[in-house]
Amino acid sequence: MFRRSSQEEAIVTVFVDGQPIRGRQGDSVAALLLANGQAACRTTAVSGAERGPFCMMGICFDCLVTIDGSSNRQGCMAPLQEGMHIETGLGKTEVRS
Amino acid sequence: MTQRPFDFAIIGAGLVGSAMAHAISKGGHRVGLFDEGDHPYRASSGNFALVWLQGKGLGMTPYANWSRESVDLWREFADDVEEDARMDVALRQPGGFQLALSDMEMERLCSTAGAINAQPGVTRYGYEVLDADEVRRRLPAVGPGVIGATYCSLDGHVNALRLYQALHRAAIARGVEYIPRHRVERIEHSGAFRVVFADGTASTAERIVLAAGLDNARLAPMVGLDVPVRPQRGQILVTEKVPPFLSYPVSTLRQTDEGSVMLGDSQEEAGFDDQVGPGIMSVLADRAVRMFPALGSVNVVRSWACLRVLSRDGYPIYEQSPCFPGAFVATCHSGVTLAAAHARILAPAIIAGTLPDRLKAFETGRFHVSAQ
Amino acid sequence: MIQAVNLQQLHDAYDLAVVGAGPAGLAAASSAANLGLDVILIDENSAPGGQIYRGLGAASVDRSRILGADYEKGRDLLAALARCDATYIAGAVVWMISPDAGVGISKQGSSRFLTARRVILATGAQERPFPILGWTLPGVMTAGAAQILLKTSDLVPDRKFALAGTGPLLWLLASQLLDAGTPPAALLETSERAGLRSLPPFLGFALSPYFIKGIGLMRRVSRNIPVIRGVTELAAEGDSRLSRVRWRRRGGKPGSLDVDTLLIHQGVVPNVNLAAAAGCDLEWDDGQLCFRPRTDEWGRTSNAMITVAGDGAGIMGAEIAASLGRLAALDCASLLGRIASTERDRLSKPIRRGMRSYLRGRGFLDMAFRPSDRFRLPRPEAIVCRCEEITGGQIQELLATLDASGPNQLKTYSRCGMGPCQGRFCGLTVTEMIARHRGVSPSQIGYYRLRFPIKPISVAELATLPCSPQDVKAVVRL
Repeated sequence: MFRRSSQEEAIVTVFVDGQPIRGRQGDSVAALLLANGQAACRTTAVSGAERGPFCMMGICFDCLVTIDGSSNRQGCMAPLQEGMHIETGLGKTEVRS
Repeated sequence: MTQRPFDFAIIGAGLVGSAMAHAISKGGHRVGLFDEGDHPYRASSGNFALVWLQGKGLGMTPYANWSRESVDLWREFADDVEEDARMDVALRQPGGFQLALSDMEMERLCSTAGAINAQPGVTRYGYEVLDADEVRRRLPAVGPGVIGATYCSLDGHVNALRLYQALHRAAIARGVEYIPRHRVERIEHSGAFRVVFADGTASTAERIVLAAGLDNARLAPMVGLDVPVRPQRGQILVTEKVPPFLSYPVSTLRQTDEGSVMLGDSQEEAGFDDQVGPGIMSVLADRAVRMFPALGSVNVVRSWACLRVLSRDGYPIYEQSPCFPGAFVATCHSGVTLAAAHARILAPAIIAGTLPDRLKAFETGRFHVSAQ
Repeated sequence: MIQAVNLQQLHDAYDLAVVGAGPAGLAAASSAANLGLDVILIDENSAPGGQIYRGLGAASVDRSRILGADYEKGRDLLAALARCDATYIAGAVVWMISPDAGVGISKQGSSRFLTARRVILATGAQERPFPILGWTLPGVMTAGAAQILLKTSDLVPDRKFALAGTGPLLWLLASQLLDAGTPPAALLETSERAGLRSLPPFLGFALSPYFIKGIGLMRRVSRNIPVIRGVTELAAEGDSRLSRVRWRRRGGKPGSLDVDTLLIHQGVVPNVNLAAAAGCDLEWDDGQLCFRPRTDEWGRTSNAMITVAGDGAGIMGAEIAASLGRLAALDCASLLGRIASTERDRLSKPIRRGMRSYLRGRGFLDMAFRPSDRFRLPRPEAIVCRCEEITGGQIQELLATLDASGPNQLKTYSRCGMGPCQGRFCGLTVTEMIARHRGVSPSQIGYYRLRFPIKPISVAELATLPCSPQDVKAVVRL
């Protein structure tokens, strides 16, 4: 659904739901998911509807994903870091005992 | 707003006013329920939603007993309201815990519970004193900082926002005329009560109930009563929705039926300042994490501060005006817990024109008793 | 510029804290630093530039070509920041401003407060809510989102997509995507005024820099992309993600397009959450159909410590934002005793003169791209509160049955506005719905009561903040 308009060399490899995916330096997690063809990244707490990035600037709270074990993080506000583990698909934060 | 006189004008449409409006209207009377605008001081928008008994009424047996009456009546009160409102209020009464994070807190919980239950004339409530292991057995998510608790099977909680909505729906369904954006300027009396509003319009009622929270202090003298209430700030943190992990209410922490977790609460003398402060937020958060460590990684999505309506001794005020019979005042800071008693006991008494003897303890004369 | 990489590197106190590193914040911080103030510039993004100059620092030649000359203007602002001796911290969110504790900042899971004698809020604008049917479907995004993807990741929509709404930014995006070689399948225009062409010549505007650029841009877009004007209804459809957009239009056949992505936009509005939570009075702007903090000619608000500069004070565009930032810096410098107020006034004159031509254009743009009632108010089935999933119909029922007096009572009734976005995407809709229902101006309805934290913050992070014995006593009560 989104493709690169220019090619760049600075590749960053992260893991999305366990799969290694190549992104670019400067991508946010949300941008990477979109570049990877993934429009939805979670389900809502109220109805279970699927949601994905909407505003890309940190105010809609729809692009929430788990990053390196930390839940309900805004993907659009998280720059990619090499080796990052991203998990999608949460509706409510898990309260792990 | 209709021109026909009301049987009852109720000033204030919070949990106290609307519960009584619904009940009085069900009793076959024409009720006008008056409210201000989108006012930020609505105490009913900011409550912890506990339907709570344990720990109440230390040194004030009538209050302990009044709370007990209300808690016992809550289920049927909820059924009544839900039927008329055609929505549920998520009442859950599984019992509740008060958690101790220090020996001193534990000692206080035990001595309070013991003392209340030893008061002459008190309706005793059964409670258990739990050590750390027992607490952990019943609430597996508690942290090592919790050294004990008291548990009372009569305690519970409700969805307070749904309760507020349900009370309004139920009242309107029963024919109550809800009249918002009408701030009362003055109340005149010549036979009936004439309530004059800020916009110059007026309404007449045979009888009047002041349930206007902090504004009762201003309105009460207009009907010959003196109601010394003051604001007391309480701050709460609210988290994002999380999957269910806590099915019992704790006196200062509960998970709502919607999934969010409420972390409370402070008691601050701050006048009418309803700002939140970082220091209080820190203490609330710290205690929450010590009680349930897994909450540490959960996000607080908002906080709010509300102004409790506190009388001089913190207990309710229920009184009929001696000089203007038919004018009543009702105020408390536990509008959720006492909603049932207000609807099922207080409202019928107001209709009958006399408050029961056991409510005499809540008249304002108690503030004027000089030291012996 | 001194870049702090973590909160520990910050001092406890500064003369001036500037929140937001878009054009207003960049200009304010560098001007204030050059006037001798000890300045901290705090921004939540990983690089300065705000929204309009996103990614500028790392922009490739290709990207700059696509984004156009205005984008490049941001370089001067970045350079000014680099040259001055302000402190700058990136990736840091200001979540609270307390009269006693100061500015609360969170970065990478930890928080601290620092005090500042004055604060300039330059938090800019946000997309106006656009509550069409299906706007919550994955695949529907804002035009601003598409620009951010372009600016920071060189990402353009692949496959079939459409633009819908109104506003200069929507047309600009269309032009940028045309330059990128990925034109939209259609631009569905929803304004009643249908842009620049339909209004009679307007001398003031004709003298503004917007005019020639704007006309040329719109002409070019209209020649190369199907523009469907007079759209009166829009719906995004799909099972669990977007697959189609459907519309009706005035005087024309209804239509639909199979699309993979729909980029919606009906203008930008000030992001008021931080200012409002800090107690700055808001006022309704009928020309721009939004709330903004009440400010004087220096940006001062009803909060004695806070100045607002840039689009956060009212939508005026990047050039004005930078000028307002400079004016705010001058005013703060005079308030803090660095320069006399006469000096402030003298230095402000050329700045105000330079603003005039841009100001002339704004009123016209507001009129030309005024978002239609049809799209500011929702259809019953459309979601209004995205966070709590509350529809227009549910709100209408509450208004009709319970006569809610305003957004706060409505919030109590319905939870509308209680989610993490804190009303950013539903507040204006709700206020306008209530205003319409009661037949009064939104200025009489007001807005949500906003509170700190203005962005979510973990319980653990809050627990580490300092507290006093009185705070403990107020909670523990032993």
